[in-house]
Amino acid sequence: MYFLNYAFMQRALLAAVLVGITAPAIGIYLVQRRQALMGDGIGHVAMTGVGLGFLLSTSPVWMATAVSVLGAVLMELIRWYGRTRGDIALAMLFYGGMAGGVMLINLAPGGSNANLMSYLFGSLSTVSGSDVTAICVLAAFVLLVTLGLRRQLFAVSQDEEFARVTGLPVRTLNLLTAVTAAVTVTVAMRVVGLLLVSALMVVPVAAAQQLSRSFTVTFVIAVAIGVAVTVSGTITSYYQDVPPGATIVLLTIAAFLALTALATPLARRRARAAAAAQPAGDPAECAIPAARGTGEEVGV
Amino acid sequence: MTNEPVIALRGVTAELGARPVLRGIDLTVGRGEVVALLGANGSGKSTAIRAVIGQVPVSGGTVELFGTPRRSFRDWARVGYVPQRTTAAGGVPATVTEIVSAGRLSRTRFGLFRRSDREAVRRALELVGMADRAKDSVDALSGGQHQRVLIARALVAEPELLIMDEPMAGVDLASQEILARTLEQQVEAGATVLLVLHELGPLEPLIDRAVVLRDGCVLHDGPPPRAVGQHALPGHDHVHPHAPAGAEPIRTGLLS
Ligand SMILES: Nc1ncnc2c1ncn2[C@@H]1O[C@H](COP(=O)(O)OP(=O)(O)OP(=O)(O)O)[C@@H](O)[C@H]1O
Ligand SMILES: [Mg+2]
Repeated sequence: MYFLNYAFMQRALLAAVLVGITAPAIGIYLVQRRQALMGDGIGHVAMTGVGLGFLLSTSPVWMATAVSVLGAVLMELIRWYGRTRGDIALAMLFYGGMAGGVMLINLAPGGSNANLMSYLFGSLSTVSGSDVTAICVLAAFVLLVTLGLRRQLFAVSQDEEFARVTGLPVRTLNLLTAVTAAVTVTVAMRVVGLLLVSALMVVPVAAAQQLSRSFTVTFVIAVAIGVAVTVSGTITSYYQDVPPGATIVLLTIAAFLALTALATPLARRRARAAAAAQPAGDPAECAIPAARGTGEEVGV
Repeated sequence: MTNEPVIALRGVTAELGARPVLRGIDLTVGRGEVVALLGANGSGKSTAIRAVIGQVPVSGGTVELFGTPRRSFRDWARVGYVPQRTTAAGGVPATVTEIVSAGRLSRTRFGLFRRSDREAVRRALELVGMADRAKDSVDALSGGQHQRVLIARALVAEPELLIMDEPMAGVDLASQEILARTLEQQVEAGATVLLVLHELGPLEPLIDRAVVLRDGCVLHDGPPPRAVGQHALPGHDHVHPHAPAGAEPIRTGLLS
């Protein structure tokens, strides 16, 4: 474990752990409300923020946070008022954000698309001390929201109409979800990159669902998977010199496939256990009462 | 003021996508009353109910809950709601307990659950006969069982007013009777009920009044149409030659 002696690896691993926790923690609510691709959209918009950061030579992380929060709020507003044309407006927002990012970074003095690449696909060696500070602060916010308001967010994501009748501030909670997703995108940006962020929000949740029947358990397993893949992906990319974002996402998908393969026999075992637990005299299989006679008699 | 209505709609109009769906509805439900809302598919029953709880923008008339204009009504813990459901699964598995707990949020501070809240969840599940499935995923339930979970979710906050959109849809007769008894207890304890039904079924003895809608207008407001309860089976002809003499035949359009 001598890689821990390098300061850049310490920073990278800390960032990786925080990403592994926060991305599935907010992702589960997005999956629950069937907006799994929202993270992807925010990731596109955040590129403009990165571009702006380079152009104004301020921190790209904070700039990306500001722009993607703005984009997420805009997405929520489009969802409220957009109705039928909403998806077109969203498409313009996403691709406008991406094109804006590429344009701005080219205008920046000394900026090149090579710089952008490290934000698009993640780059551990360039995670600076101030990046880590930003990541810690932002991750604390994400955890506060996703854990502290879990019952409220669960209710709103499960059934918005019912949540409104229980008196929950549904619009505020929806906005908060969008803003938290945006913050998570920027937390994850340095580790997995903007284009792969969404995978880490969605795939661990999908994998966890294979094993669980409850929301709480899904949440816990998804976070565990998230941490496992970000940490092991980071270490792999150190040894093999492969891009960390791609490594992490491929590991996540491998975890999903492995758990899916595991889930089928598990479900069968559960069903068998349930059948065995049934009281005697209550047969698991249907039996036609003898009084009704045999099949042949009925068939004629 | 004990006699002020719990729900009061006066001349309510509403449009959905430029199409008039409610065309001037008057509907009052007094304290302790059980009112059934009847009518054919598309007659505006769900829209009327959703106007009451503020899910449908009202273009004319007034809506009041507990004597307060709906816009300034905040006391949602007094209202329990069962939406009309075809599919209600989110994208992540959730257990029966988790779903029902969501209905208790209005009684908690900042969503913190105490022992009394967990107790309430357990009791609500017992009321609808689903306590043995508390830890199961709702995806593993049948349509009727799912419906019973949604009813438990409405009951768990111990509301004074229950608003239910077709709570009996897909529920078998035995469970309907369980639910009818549950509802009876709620009514005896002073609850007010507004519910959409297609057939009165086991609830018939509980119903004080029926309001029949057609094309967004109130067609009938008065005693429940008795015959509907017994004969509103699918395919049953809606002409009642043996309807009590003198009683005006009520064309609810339930089956037309
Ligand atoms: N979102 C919508 N946009 C446009 N029209 C709608 C919408 N929802 C409902 N409608 C229309 O409003 C009318 C009333 O619908 P509503 O759901 O209130 O009927 P209902 O009486 O509850 O019917 P059902 O017995 O099928 O539940 C219908 O004609 C329907 O076509
Ligand atoms: Mg309806």
